[in-house]
Amino acid sequence: MTRDAVLQDLKGKFREDILDFSDKSPKRVYIEIKPDALVRAATYIFKDLGARFHIASGLDARTHLEILYHFSIETMNLLISLRVKLDKKNPKVDSLANVIEGANWIEREINELLGIDFPGHPDMRRLLLAKEWPKGVYPLRTDYKEWDKKAIRDRGV
Amino acid sequence: MQKSVISIGPFHPLQEEPEHFSLTVEGETVVDVDVEIGYNHRGIEKLSERRNFEQSTFVIERICGICSTSHPFAYTRAVEDIIPVVVPERAQYIRTIIAEGERIHSHLLWYGLAGHFLGYNTVYMWMWRLREEILDVMEILSGNRNNYAMFKPGGVRRDINADDIPLALKKIDSIIPTLDRLKKAILDDPVLHARLKGIGILSKEEAINYCALGPTSRASGVDRDVRKNAPYGAYDKVDWDMIVTDSGDVWGKAVVRLLEIYESIKIMKSCLQQIPSGEIDLNLKSIPPGEGIGAHEAPRGETFHYVRSDGTNRPVRHKVRAPTFMNLPTCKATVPGSSISDAAIILASIDPCYCCTERMAVRSPEGDKIYTGKDLITMSREKTAKIKREMGIP
Repeated sequence: MTRDAVLQDLKGKFREDILDFSDKSPKRVYIEIKPDALVRAATYIFKDLGARFHIASGLDARTHLEILYHFSIETMNLLISLRVKLDKKNPKVDSLANVIEGANWIEREINELLGIDFPGHPDMRRLLLAKEWPKGVYPLRTDYKEWDKKAIRDRGV
Repeated sequence: MQKSVISIGPFHPLQEEPEHFSLTVEGETVVDVDVEIGYNHRGIEKLSERRNFEQSTFVIERICGICSTSHPFAYTRAVEDIIPVVVPERAQYIRTIIAEGERIHSHLLWYGLAGHFLGYNTVYMWMWRLREEILDVMEILSGNRNNYAMFKPGGVRRDINADDIPLALKKIDSIIPTLDRLKKAILDDPVLHARLKGIGILSKEEAINYCALGPTSRASGVDRDVRKNAPYGAYDKVDWDMIVTDSGDVWGKAVVRLLEIYESIKIMKSCLQQIPSGEIDLNLKSIPPGEGIGAHEAPRGETFHYVRSDGTNRPVRHKVRAPTFMNLPTCKATVPGSSISDAAIILASIDPCYCCTERMAVRSPEGDKIYTGKDLITMSREKTAKIKREMGIP
């Protein structure tokens, strides 16, 4: 399949779910998709189109939270980023870890750093933060405040 | 049979970086493995949001001591992808030369550690001795043995002097005979064959599902290499081959790394010979709002950076994905079923990222002479002969 055929195919298959389609450059495409369609779209891109899953990157865009799932189809040098925008009050999106083993760790990371829930994740434990880090404090949120400056300084960090 | 848990780490005399492995064993067979990371979490992504685009290059250069170029390479490409701009050709060549030199010394470093893990310290000594030579080449080209600080968004910070190129080429040529001898010694060694073949097998399907990267995936028959799939720098301007084997075991990973050293030497030499003249920097003044993605095939696999700008001089989000993040979870597929003694080398076979390199000069006890490598070898031989004499060994 050519690049255009792949993009047309995606547009057709997920017509109802795609909210925004940005063809940024010959090598980069950003597709905003409804959160409940994410697993279907990602599975299709990963399994049927044979793309490689690079990583997901979450961020706090102040009005909402956002996750980008980056896939690339190597034969045509095309990087597709699936974007989901999540409500800040109750951010959650279905887990991809059951489909793509490589998504397991990054969902754990996003969960603790940005506080996004991934229903269906097989092993949701902390990945990076220390055990004494309080629940509900997410360091990559824009409203994050250092919760205990003294404790960190005492440990010589 | 009763199960027990062996805990390796988080702080361990053998491993230089803290990670915690829990091996569940039945007798001597490992049946399950769990990894706990986070002992080294420094919050660099958060730190990067508080630096401007140029300062961030220095912060992320310090993510890893060994692949100190791979993160800046991916990061600068991500920033350039926001605008987007194309970097001057000479800068592309310089970036490629530095990146390949780094790959050579990083693979040699892994060989040393792998030899050490196997109790084969001859390999360890020889490889690290050879690594010194390539670090000298890097010093000739960049002024530094590690943390080269050559990269900046829009180009490179320093040029390579035309006078230094013949010296660097001569030095690279001089390591090839030693490397040939080591290659033969490794590939023909029956002990290494017995020790590494058929253990820690990662199948092609597993490599794809775990999204494994670099030599870890290429040893399992997955022909993925950013340098070939999405060429950048000077990788499409010189001739080289992607090394792929399909055995998936530790031996396969070792062979891929060994042969990649030769490809890197090939790339480095061609780049030094063909380097065009011209500008080395675009002098970017500001970064517009937008988002960009950059990737670079580091020695351990692809590093992946995502940068978003809101038009100010600092990134609002900088996501860093190092290759070990994807490679380490593959231990769930490779370690169970092996014996405890094999677990150490299987865990080390993905080349988990260790920090490195101290600079050392050896002085005589009186302090009046600095020994060269040759002096040290002579002294080592004399000492061995003396021990043999004392023990009565002919």
